[in-house]
Amino acid sequence: MTQTISKPTLSVADERIGTRNPLQKLLSRPEVGALVGAIVLFIFFASVSSTFVQPASFATVLYGSSTIGIMAVGVSLLMIGGEFDLSTGVAVISSALTASMFSWYFSTNVWVGVVLALVVSLSIGFINGWILMKTKLPSFIVTLATFLMLTGINLGLTRMIGGGVSSPSISNMDGFQSAQAVFASSVNIGGVDVRITVFIWIALVLIATWVLMRTRVGNWIFAVGGDANAARAVGVPVKATKIGLFMGVGFCGWILGMHNLFAFDAVQSGEGVGNEFLYIIAAVIGGCLLTGGYGSAVGGAIGAFIFGMANKGIVYAQWNPDWFKFFLGLMLLLATIVNLIVKRRAELK
Amino acid sequence: MNGQEIKQQTLLKNESDPLTHTPVHLLSLDDVGKHYGNIVALKDVTMAVDNGRVTCVLGDNGAGKSTLIKIIAGLHQHDAGQLKIMGEERKFGSPRDALDAGIATVYQDLAVVPLMPIWRNFFLGSELTSGFGPFKSMDVQQMKDITKKELAAMGIDLRDVEQPIGQLSGGERQCVAIARAVYFGAKVLILDEPTAALGVKQSGVVLRYILQARDRGLGVIFITHNPHHAFPVGDRFLLLKRGKSIGYYDKKDISLDELTAQMAGGAELAELAHELEQLGGHNDLLKEVKAEVADVVSTRPEGQ
Repeated sequence: MTQTISKPTLSVADERIGTRNPLQKLLSRPEVGALVGAIVLFIFFASVSSTFVQPASFATVLYGSSTIGIMAVGVSLLMIGGEFDLSTGVAVISSALTASMFSWYFSTNVWVGVVLALVVSLSIGFINGWILMKTKLPSFIVTLATFLMLTGINLGLTRMIGGGVSSPSISNMDGFQSAQAVFASSVNIGGVDVRITVFIWIALVLIATWVLMRTRVGNWIFAVGGDANAARAVGVPVKATKIGLFMGVGFCGWILGMHNLFAFDAVQSGEGVGNEFLYIIAAVIGGCLLTGGYGSAVGGAIGAFIFGMANKGIVYAQWNPDWFKFFLGLMLLLATIVNLIVKRRAELK
Repeated sequence: MNGQEIKQQTLLKNESDPLTHTPVHLLSLDDVGKHYGNIVALKDVTMAVDNGRVTCVLGDNGAGKSTLIKIIAGLHQHDAGQLKIMGEERKFGSPRDALDAGIATVYQDLAVVPLMPIWRNFFLGSELTSGFGPFKSMDVQQMKDITKKELAAMGIDLRDVEQPIGQLSGGERQCVAIARAVYFGAKVLILDEPTAALGVKQSGVVLRYILQARDRGLGVIFITHNPHHAFPVGDRFLLLKRGKSIGYYDKKDISLDELTAQMAGGAELAELAHELEQLGGHNDLLKEVKAEVADVVSTRPEGQ
């Protein structure tokens, strides 16, 4: 007893905050709506299809989720920072094309192409962010323009350099094996092959969560998304933060682009169109506000997982995959409504 | 009017004031002006701020108050006159420059990011970190403790520093912003209409925090259009109208009535009386306005 009395101001809880129980605290997290949705969806598919819960098929679901999830990490942070990026889908392909076309045309080690692709991806992000900060146009317009230009560049340069719509095969070039081991290998866990992207995805989510919750930069990301003017007034480097977020998206695009390249050995130059919406959908399902200032990296990951489950679950349940898009739209609508309700309720309590 | 006409004396008539007898002011403006294209937003404004003193800037909408604080806070740059910090001429390129010079601004509308927790807002832009290089992380527990302690020291009793600051009342939000500025070693605190959107009781609370900040030795610039809020806490009063200074007084040289009269502007009232007369009918109202005009004219300070 005497120990508690020694510092009463800290040990005595304020009577006005005593009523908030752990459940309500959990409900006020941004990703809780998505988590509930993911659990419901998992139980649903597990009950209609027995193959869905087998380790091997689950590893496939995780793989599908990771290819969306890696991008969703960057896109979630960007959306918390108050912007979004429509060029992500084709930027992934641009990155892959850069690596393959460069190392093929100049007959270099593929790692040279990989490094160049990283530079290109970060530059695309930087240019997006820089134009946005300079012109103060909405990110919708700026990144829509980048999206169209990159789509054209992907097709045009590939035909000009390689003479076709896909990049030439680079599977027998120097460094292909080691690059494949890094970006597109599998890890055997208990007899199940799990693709390496799953681990990269999880690592990225952990890093992004740490950055958001525990670093200065994380504080700035919330601030520039929540109220950029207020952030600027207290000395937050708003422009640098936002440009950095676009470059973060570029980095995620580079990882996915390298995976796409080394998982096969050639890239279709017209791919990627439309994928940008999948990343945004994952972030929104995961509780990131379109207006910025609210959300989490874990939420984006759960959103990607929901997408992966729905995508593969329909196949395992032996339904017609034509219905997938309808299903996705419905999920998006329900998830955002649930998020809205949950958020309002949590704020009232 | 210029700076020399102001006697460096305290608000109380019989009390000597060691602080303001120093040769330089904490912050001073000499004939500062600013124009946007061909529009003159501010012209020939002279004022001074000292430690432990409150300088009030009064003026109606469009008088140039916002332009003035934006210049001092580093959001805009003046294009005429001089801005001096401790006697040294400066021009701020960004809000960060002004902050580094010890000038903190509490804005009426953009003081905080509503969706973020109180403690994150409190330390926004000046977060405490520990660790090295890429593993540098925020010292969350310490930041929460300091937030709670500093707010308690200002007399703000908060339920939970983890709640979004948007859930606080307007007055509480202003107070958090003031406490933040005080904690981060601001020498000059600019308050942009802190009482404009508040009720009577809340305004009183904010005025009390202004005095607390003053007693901690800060130089306070209090922007308002309400002389009843300015007079009790102010030591000096700068009156702006249409971008120009129409008066700069020490507290001992002006009374609340005179200040109000200056703010109200006798000419406008006379015009209103004239209009009412032409309309006819509103006899009671007309009488009232005419009495007010007479009042304003008689209480106008000498030299105006």
